[in-house]
Amino acid sequence: MTGLKGRLTPYLLILPGGLWLTAFFAIPLIFMASVSLMTGNLIDGFTQTWHWQNYTDAIGTYGDKIVRSLWYGLLATAACIALAYPAAYWIAFKGGRHKSTWLFLLLLPFFVSFVLRTISWKLVLTDNGPVLGPLKSWGLLPDGFHVLDSGFAVVSGLTYNFLPFMILPIYVALERIDYRVIEAAYDLYAGRFEAFRRVVLPLSLPGVFAGVIMTFVPVTSDYVNASVLGGPGNTMIGNVIQSEYFTQSNYHTASALSFALMALLLAGIFAYARALGTKDVLEAAAR
Amino acid sequence: MTTTVTSPAPAAPPRPRRRNPLRGRGLQAYTILLVAWLVLPVAVMILFGFNDTHSKQNFQWEGFTLKWYARLFEKKDLTTALVNSLTIALLTTVFATVLGTLVGLALGRYRFRGQGVANLVMFAAISCPELVMGASLLSMFVALETPRGYLTILAAHVMFSVSFVAITVRARAVGLDPRIEEAAKDLGAGPLTTFRLVTLPMIMPGVVSGAMLAFALSVDDFIITNFTSGATQTFPLWVWSSTRTGTPPQVNVMGTLIFAVGVLLAVVNIAASRRRARNT
Repeated sequence: MTGLKGRLTPYLLILPGGLWLTAFFAIPLIFMASVSLMTGNLIDGFTQTWHWQNYTDAIGTYGDKIVRSLWYGLLATAACIALAYPAAYWIAFKGGRHKSTWLFLLLLPFFVSFVLRTISWKLVLTDNGPVLGPLKSWGLLPDGFHVLDSGFAVVSGLTYNFLPFMILPIYVALERIDYRVIEAAYDLYAGRFEAFRRVVLPLSLPGVFAGVIMTFVPVTSDYVNASVLGGPGNTMIGNVIQSEYFTQSNYHTASALSFALMALLLAGIFAYARALGTKDVLEAAAR
Repeated sequence: MTTTVTSPAPAAPPRPRRRNPLRGRGLQAYTILLVAWLVLPVAVMILFGFNDTHSKQNFQWEGFTLKWYARLFEKKDLTTALVNSLTIALLTTVFATVLGTLVGLALGRYRFRGQGVANLVMFAAISCPELVMGASLLSMFVALETPRGYLTILAAHVMFSVSFVAITVRARAVGLDPRIEEAAKDLGAGPLTTFRLVTLPMIMPGVVSGAMLAFALSVDDFIITNFTSGATQTFPLWVWSSTRTGTPPQVNVMGTLIFAVGVLLAVVNIAASRRRARNT
């Protein structure tokens, strides 16, 4: 690459995509930040008044929904790790020739549209639906057994929908482990548990980290599961933002809440990276 | 794992390594259960496309029928929504693949000032909550009084797909040997010819998987579409709005057909890449 033309090439390549992301990703965020400090209503219009109180008002009113969303997000992410790890472990080390087949089977739900998948999960949990109905009539479950419209139903739906996002990165991290390292641990008289705790687990943490980033953010800001499975008593912050935009037309409140949510999630991710101790985790996740 | 024993050292103490055959079995059984759980709602969805239901709520099994397959396109607005979803996904794939491939090439193939910022923007666009993206787009469209509809959905879908295509292509472009392109230039190829005959074929697997990712993300997107759609419907939006009044069996049938086509394409794709791998 010589001369001005050669040095310009990467910028020219980036230009169209960069402009698109500027116009429809960066600038909208600036608009939202600006709207979040406005006052007014839909009929009289909104004016910029640098009304920082929008944030304290919104968080004061909907603080409980934010806390609930973070709580559900944590529960679902933890459930995803607990459910995904053993399966990823088995496929990575014992899957043999059929590794990709097993992964494919675990990814099958992704071929069904997200909203439809959630509705089908609701059908599974419906009181006298095709799954709970027979279980009740065979006496395997008590007649009064009821799951829908509960926090548990929401968390189960979130876990169901985002589990593959956790399985894949953990699997990739485990698959990358050189088996000779584990054998070395055995040669040094580590038991199965010791070898797992001191060799396999630390080496797989970058995968868990990537999985947490890929699940915690979408899970916490989701509103589809809460509104299909949770009923009116278990709404999350996403439901609030959605209805503030579409039903109440309180654009300033909705914008302030969205911004607060983004800030919270970013802070959460960074705190989590810190808690894991090192920045190598971040570097490993970026690799 | 192979344990080839070469010249056993008699003095070595026996390894404390007993293999418990049940342990692996337990995990295998668990994995099978997990697959069963993940597939159960899919099976229920397929099954209830064959349900001879007479009420608006389709959750009570009333017998087998094929009539919903025959009456698949009976609901006009559902069909329109599906067509919208498919055309938006196709257009998104075209735009996002072109834009994202160029960005991915720049990030993977060159070193330049501002590269760190560009990488950071890609990461931010991928990890930003969809809710925030959708809400901010709506804020902008409201402020600018942009009428929302097909075009705003398309613009949003291209926006969130570009970064996914870019990192997929970047991963492929990073591994390229720059000497191959130089050789093409030495042989008298211009920049465009070099790109068409040398660079593009080498990054093609990345471009193809990026394009498939863009299509899958676009056709399934709900949250961002919900904020940018106005009165235009896509398949996920239509399904969403039907949850209040009752989801008709046609939705299950369309879900089943999309599922079948998706799985078929994936299997063909895997088989083709296996054959390629065997031949090379």
